[in-house]
Amino acid sequence: MKARLALVVLCAAAVCLPALWQPSATTLAAESSEDYASPLELLLSPDGSRLYVLCQGAGEVRVLDAASGRELASISVGRMPRGFSFSSDGSRLFVVNSWDDTVSVIDTRKDVVTDTWKAGFEPSNVIEDRAGKQLFIADRIGNNVTVLDAASGEEKKTLEGGRGASYLTLSADGSRLYATHVYPDPTPPRTPPKSEITIIDPARAQVVDRMALPDIAGVFHVAISRDGRLGVAAELHPKNLVPLAHVEHGWAFVDTLTVFGADIGHPVEVPLDELDRYFAYPFGVAIAPDKSRIYISHGGSDCITVIDTHKLLAYVHAHPQPFAEDLSASAHYIVARIAVGKNPRGILLSRDGSKLFVANRLDDTISVIDTKAARVTQTIRLRSPQSVSALRRGEQTFYTAKYSFQGQFGCSNCHIDSTFDALTWDLEPDGFGRDIVANRLIEDLRGTEPFKWNGANPTLAVECGPRTEKYFWRSQTFDDRTLADLVLYIRHLASRPNRFQSGDGTLTAAQERGRVLFYRTVDKLGKPIPEANQCAYCHSGPKGTNQKSFDVGTGSRTDNSAVIDTPQLMSVALIGPYLHDGSAGSLEEIWTVFNPHDQHGRTNDLTKDELNDLIEYLKTR
Amino acid sequence: MKRTSILGILLLAAAALSAQTAAHPATKLHALARKQEAPAMPRFRFENFTTANGLPDDHVFSVLVDGDRIWAGTNNGLALYENGQWKTYTTANGLAHRAVLSLALDHRTGDVWAGTMGGLSRISGGRIDTYTQLNSGLSNDVVYGVSVEGDNVWVATAAGACRLNTRTGEWSLYNERNTPMIEIWAYGVSAAPDKVYYAVWGSGLLEYNQKTGVWDMYADPDGENEIVLLKDQGLIHEITTSVSYVDGVVWVATYFGDSHYDGRYWHNFLTKDSGLPSNFTNTIKGVDRNRAWFGTDKGLAYFDGTNWAVYRPALDTGKPEMTVRDAAGHVTQIPVDTAPAHNYILGIDFQGPDIWVATAKGLSHGIYLH
Repeated sequence: MKARLALVVLCAAAVCLPALWQPSATTLAAESSEDYASPLELLLSPDGSRLYVLCQGAGEVRVLDAASGRELASISVGRMPRGFSFSSDGSRLFVVNSWDDTVSVIDTRKDVVTDTWKAGFEPSNVIEDRAGKQLFIADRIGNNVTVLDAASGEEKKTLEGGRGASYLTLSADGSRLYATHVYPDPTPPRTPPKSEITIIDPARAQVVDRMALPDIAGVFHVAISRDGRLGVAAELHPKNLVPLAHVEHGWAFVDTLTVFGADIGHPVEVPLDELDRYFAYPFGVAIAPDKSRIYISHGGSDCITVIDTHKLLAYVHAHPQPFAEDLSASAHYIVARIAVGKNPRGILLSRDGSKLFVANRLDDTISVIDTKAARVTQTIRLRSPQSVSALRRGEQTFYTAKYSFQGQFGCSNCHIDSTFDALTWDLEPDGFGRDIVANRLIEDLRGTEPFKWNGANPTLAVECGPRTEKYFWRSQTFDDRTLADLVLYIRHLASRPNRFQSGDGTLTAAQERGRVLFYRTVDKLGKPIPEANQCAYCHSGPKGTNQKSFDVGTGSRTDNSAVIDTPQLMSVALIGPYLHDGSAGSLEEIWTVFNPHDQHGRTNDLTKDELNDLIEYLKTR
Repeated sequence: MKRTSILGILLLAAAALSAQTAAHPATKLHALARKQEAPAMPRFRFENFTTANGLPDDHVFSVLVDGDRIWAGTNNGLALYENGQWKTYTTANGLAHRAVLSLALDHRTGDVWAGTMGGLSRISGGRIDTYTQLNSGLSNDVVYGVSVEGDNVWVATAAGACRLNTRTGEWSLYNERNTPMIEIWAYGVSAAPDKVYYAVWGSGLLEYNQKTGVWDMYADPDGENEIVLLKDQGLIHEITTSVSYVDGVVWVATYFGDSHYDGRYWHNFLTKDSGLPSNFTNTIKGVDRNRAWFGTDKGLAYFDGTNWAVYRPALDTGKPEMTVRDAAGHVTQIPVDTAPAHNYILGIDFQGPDIWVATAKGLSHGIYLH
């Protein structure tokens, strides 16, 4: 008995010790999620015999025997691959590498990369037109769809997409391409978010329409039925304009689907949540060949939702008024929830619709669902480390919604793919309508403490621990190990490559002029600029913050204090809206609108040209 | 030897006279030419649009042909004519300002760029994004001209020239500090892969070499002297209003006549020695090296390289009028039933053989007859 007790104590200590340990930078570098396969998207070969798995963590495409799950081949691609698709004739597989800004072209007969083409900024999905002439690539940072010549890879043009353009779907007849985007399009401060489905004519390679998605921020995959009459898009419907106080009935988010097409008439947003149970982060969508079922993966809730299409259409036609926030509605058309692995993302139906494959990104498995029985009949385990590291556990915690009340949302709801959401929020603890805050990027956070715009949280453990547990989750707290793992994961998040920097560190003429302005100590009238009013004083060091708080004159009447934590400058070009409350829609507005008295740096002596130069320099940070 | 020299001089003089004659169709030599039939010039049936049939405002600053669709920049919104119906975009749709002064089409993407009195707007698939001097690097909200070339949008504003790189979002401003520009009131712009030209009110014609990144300025050799002393020695006047660069030739409009520059030689047009109905020219649009359309305060004019045609409501009666002036200077009245909506022409664009004309009192569609 004593021996068993000692064993239990030893095991407990082994589990708890890592939680108390503060990881060093060296360890962070050594322990990486890239060791794991992290399957994100799936494809089946035209004959259905081979399952292609895009393994984002491993930077590989794995080719499996679709029946047995046995690995047949592994093809290395670029960094952080995010999307892939076959050429129209199936002879090539295109993979977009989001951190390399490239497309890997794979010969599917030989399973080798034959070409690597340049793409736009952070390519996230790729599709070739039916004619095999043009390649369309959604660029998340570029906010556009780049068009390449499908034979040579030469860029032909870029089409304006939504902000954070990421996912593409071609209609069955190839006549229309649908593009979605993960960040909302810009709107005036404290107005409802809006998104769109960008509709492209592939033959002309031009945007022909934009389907408005009001109130939506975060749109993921789109599916179109084979007859072209029904489309669905998975999306997030945030409630960021009201205080996060009322936890019932869709507190911070409603997880929804926009249904569109001839079967529906006008696009309709339908809820996927239930009255007391939520299905967070709807990501992948698929429509059965006979259109009888719609399948949705929920990255935060580890399940697949099954919708009876006939019931859905009947309900929509019977309810002409908007009902996206009526969570009782889902009971009328959702017929099953099927549990799968951790963080299910891309889903894929077999040609006959009898099987649904699900990529479970955070446990390196593929769930195979028998669609008739509506249950998992096979789980394919991908080649990956056997043990689950602390970093991996942290990532799992980041992406799950299980800690929040009724499983409503997780960290990744607001930090989409571990970034941000481009929204402003009214967090209740500061008072209703008080301290409106813009979300911030969470990459490369070491050396940027404290956290929160008021600098109240000295460490990530405080930021992610009591604050998150109390204000966001409401129902459940992290245990010490879970919190330590989560902090480890967030601290590990690297800054994405800066597209405005040259490879050799040199600056363009405009960037150099801007750099001189950033570091100037004397204004254009020859007067010394007080130290605290020089850009480089507050925004000092490699991260662009001296980690102190100041009143720079940007406080508003809804702020409890005008003293604001100095934000870091990394990737500043990408993260608008700006200022603590998101009141500045662009970098320019920080100075053209919100700095009338030079409190936020001496800038009013600058000409418009010089302000542009300063911004060009900031974009390199 | 002396005789040879004298003969040579005489031959040179004769050749020079002959060349001058060819360059100036309104010489006495031509005036003495025998009367002949008016040369065939394009005939149109004009259909006019006003608020009475769907335009949001009669004052039309600009017009743009986009395939079967017609965009009209009016004093009260941007109007789109499609399938026989007008649709109007206003500030409520996100347009920068109700007064739309200039329009340009990105032929690759289909996006339309609109320069307004309150900023620059892009209309893409029905979505409008707006750039102002406060929310972007745009130098000034009064956007008189816009032109698209590759990834760059070139803008003419009341505070100089700008270039927006749509790939990187970088704004580059060009003004008196980094170009030969003296005045910075940029009225018009025409961009091509090799050169970009700006008509700058008071600064003549600005040329940007895309390869070298160097700016050059073409000024009136007569300076501010309103008398044209040296007619074909350079730009006709520094008060430029519009520019059109086509086939390697620049057509420039000013309030005091118009110019044609092929990179080596200038040729200028004045009412006194051409078929131009007025020296006060608001807009110019080249068809090719030899042909161009002119929008003046006294009607619409076409030059085919030799002859001129003018289309307008007659200045005295207001009745539809078409006149043709041949190389000899003979003017012939052509009977017509229709004319552009007004003589004050502000914008021109082509739809195949048809022409669309923005005027101060309506938009006109010139349907080509023969």
